[in-house]
Amino acid sequence: MIDTPLFEGLLIRLGPIDPERDAEVFARWTHDVEYLHLSGDAPVRPLSVAQAHKKLDQMTKDAEKSHRELHFAIRKNEDDRLVGLTQLQRIQWSGGAAQISLGIGAPEDRGQGFGSEALRLMLRYAFSELNLHRLEAIACEYNTRAIRFLERAGFSVEVRRRQALHRGSKRWDLLHMGLLREEWVSAVRNPNARGFQLL
Amino acid sequence: MKQPLFTGTLVHLAAPDPERGAEAIARWSLDSEYHRLQDNNPARPLLSKRLREEMAQEEPRDQAFVFAIHTLSDDSLIGFVDIDITQWIHGDAFVGIAIGERDYWDKGYGTDAMRVMLRYAFTELNLHRVSLSVFEYNPRALRSYKKAGFVVEGRLRQWINREGRYWDLIFMGILREEWLAQTRNG
Repeated sequence: MIDTPLFEGLLIRLGPIDPERDAEVFARWTHDVEYLHLSGDAPVRPLSVAQAHKKLDQMTKDAEKSHRELHFAIRKNEDDRLVGLTQLQRIQWSGGAAQISLGIGAPEDRGQGFGSEALRLMLRYAFSELNLHRLEAIACEYNTRAIRFLERAGFSVEVRRRQALHRGSKRWDLLHMGLLREEWVSAVRNPNARGFQLL
Repeated sequence: MKQPLFTGTLVHLAAPDPERGAEAIARWSLDSEYHRLQDNNPARPLLSKRLREEMAQEEPRDQAFVFAIHTLSDDSLIGFVDIDITQWIHGDAFVGIAIGERDYWDKGYGTDAMRVMLRYAFTELNLHRVSLSVFEYNPRALRSYKKAGFVVEGRLRQWINREGRYWDLIFMGILREEWLAQTRNG
């Protein structure tokens, strides 16, 4: 029971970000407009490898200093290659609420189950290692793939912030989705429950 | 101008003064009910001296606007209101407000300050919408926000643990067009 591997999946594993090593791949992702529009609300800004290095460095240092966020690299088991990033942010330790985010950077790495496995590991880490009570994930309404992905994992839409995102000359709603610890626990115990595919 | 940007019917907004602000916030930090209504972090008493230093060092930023709320009648400092713009490109911002002086609770001062802030948000910052969140156990604030024109957009279930149980975090929002319509109708 206590030797459950927390960070290892069949296809991928979670590990620390290595700013020096990961900068090149990360810089490449910052040139992919579609990926950036799906994964965040920041204006797209391509980074050089040096800038990407600095950004990853700052991100990992800030996370450590704040004690309220954790960042992981998603690496493919087969060749140890960086395929994505996943984070827990705004952790409220006294109440057990946190935000989760996850992205698979390159288009050719999507749709292969890397994200599902990473999410499964992250949920177990959040609920059974950090003992959190609930998780929140934010997705834009045009990102139907992410919404379905999160729903399969048991998340449900809790808040719809109308027209909170302005992309491609259109206003879109932002969805805040939530998953409670008890929902995760019952899905893990019951193989027929909604969300079993990911747990 | 006929209608000064920072003046309402009961209050006016001003730059935070480190001297007065620190004294007030330190005093309010000992009021548990106030703390629990306005913040999700565990309560802790704050030292006035340190707050003063922090406030004196604070530079105005393009992403956050913080104002002190003063009464029009005698200029008393009764609270603070701030607006945070995480990404300008989307025209969305989060507003936060707290009235620390209990004598001014439930008398329309907070609602008035919020109305002044909304006017600032829509006519000066040119935002498209304003968001806020409020704890389920704060019905007074919820009423005030509804009066100012916000509508409920959903709730994060069991988001905070207070007094041994979980409570939801309610999200509210107001769109520019909604604000314009209500302003036109007086």
